[in-house]
Amino acid sequence: MASGDVWILGITMTKFGKHPEIDSVGLAAQAARGALADGGVSMRDIGILAAGNLMGGGALGQQLQKQIGQTGIPVYNVANACATGATALRTVVMAIKSGEVDMGLAVGVEKLSGAGLLGVGGPKKQGDTWEPSGRQGAIMGLDGRVGTENMPGTFAQIGMEYGHKYGGVSFELFARISEKNHMHSTLNPLAAYTKAMSVEQIMGDMMIAYPNTRPMCSANCDGAAAAVLVSDEKLKTLSDDQRKRAIRIAASVLTTDPYEAGCQILPNVNTLTRNAAKQAYEKAGVGPEDLDLVELHDCFATAELVHYDNLMLCSEGNAVDFFESGAAHRTGSTPVNVSGGLQSKGHPIAATGIANVWEVCHHLRGEAGDRQIEGAKLGLAHVIGLGSACGVHILEKTAA
Amino acid sequence: MTTTDTATRIPLVDYLALEPEPHLVAQECTVCSARYFDHRDACASCFEAVFRSVDVPTEGEVTSFTIVAYAPPGVDAPFVAAVIDCGGTPVRGNLIDVTPDPEHVKLGMKVRLTTYSLGTDSAGTEAIGFGFAPA
Repeated sequence: MASGDVWILGITMTKFGKHPEIDSVGLAAQAARGALADGGVSMRDIGILAAGNLMGGGALGQQLQKQIGQTGIPVYNVANACATGATALRTVVMAIKSGEVDMGLAVGVEKLSGAGLLGVGGPKKQGDTWEPSGRQGAIMGLDGRVGTENMPGTFAQIGMEYGHKYGGVSFELFARISEKNHMHSTLNPLAAYTKAMSVEQIMGDMMIAYPNTRPMCSANCDGAAAAVLVSDEKLKTLSDDQRKRAIRIAASVLTTDPYEAGCQILPNVNTLTRNAAKQAYEKAGVGPEDLDLVELHDCFATAELVHYDNLMLCSEGNAVDFFESGAAHRTGSTPVNVSGGLQSKGHPIAATGIANVWEVCHHLRGEAGDRQIEGAKLGLAHVIGLGSACGVHILEKTAA
Repeated sequence: MTTTDTATRIPLVDYLALEPEPHLVAQECTVCSARYFDHRDACASCFEAVFRSVDVPTEGEVTSFTIVAYAPPGVDAPFVAAVIDCGGTPVRGNLIDVTPDPEHVKLGMKVRLTTYSLGTDSAGTEAIGFGFAPA
């Protein structure tokens, strides 16, 4: 385990001042490319990106990658008020000290000119003549005029694209995926919704973005999840009961989407998931056939289908056959979303990535009661945030 | 589509060229040929920062779509959001001049770029939007 010193190889700051002609991402790109040049390296050498920007809404890292290089490395968007920049540095230091990467990039940016007293906002003055603005020179909002970036529509297209590529898929099949998850949730007292729904009810419900109807969309709800993690050495000093119920993290992986043709037209949620899964299986020393259960990111029924393929639960192109075989049902060979998934258990966004790890642990500890997957010893939890970032954890029940 | 003086028309986005006939223009990386419709500081694929403008074919095939039931204010719903493969370049756009339901919109259908008016501002400038209609 590496715990040696960490050094600064390249570093830059931009000229501070008023820069109305450039957006936050542009400023961050200037600084990032400057630091890389100063250090004589490129994005190819960087193993982790930590990015901080308070005013921008939290996805600076991914937006920055699109401007300086999308290599699929883990991105940590960090926020700690005025300590954000130091937090970005600290994140990279920890990654290097851990031995997981040998080089990382930390970036911080803010556009505050004219902000006045912080915390006071206000709309910009709207003129009555067309004014191009932003990186596409748009004169008005583009959503609904040039495609859509709304979630149900984006993931609907992702599912339809899979069907077009691999021999077809129907509205009904997507609805049956949803039917499975709603049925699974009837056994989960912690799910937001615990009502079974038939395929007819699901297909006949309110259409949000074809083919996703309302029950095929993740349920908006409130919720939180948390986990205490401990080192191997520390666990050995704890009680028998604590050691008995402890679950080993066999793999913990984060990826972003590497550039691929078309990824700027429709987000590619496939490659980064497949990359994360591959890394996770390798780290854990297991294959998808060894999994006893999977909690994957069914933000929409159309998303679940593609992730059967991305997580390699089936062979490439065969997600429809995989589902049709019954494998993903709680009685099948690879139970998927026995919690009810995001569609029925719910999706309180920042909590989901820990909540689905909880579900897997619950089964591995043998404490899942009515919905217990018998003899579960190994499970996988997967989340993906658009922009994008994918987290995959593999959990294992083993002697501490 | 009425013929009006170029000086009184403005495209919805700066990658929609209105002359000589409406077409999309991509920024192509001169090193790796990746194509972008939005301004990039550097190429996301190969990190180089030199681009050239290239015309994108106006005809293509629908490789994905969705029919969105709820639209932002000022936009008619339902609308069809789609990905169109225009001679090898994926393009984001709406399918227009077609009934927005699964009986009429199909994966693989052939479409062609077309434009429409988005209204005129106080200076008399007409905004022009684009979409893809069945070919």
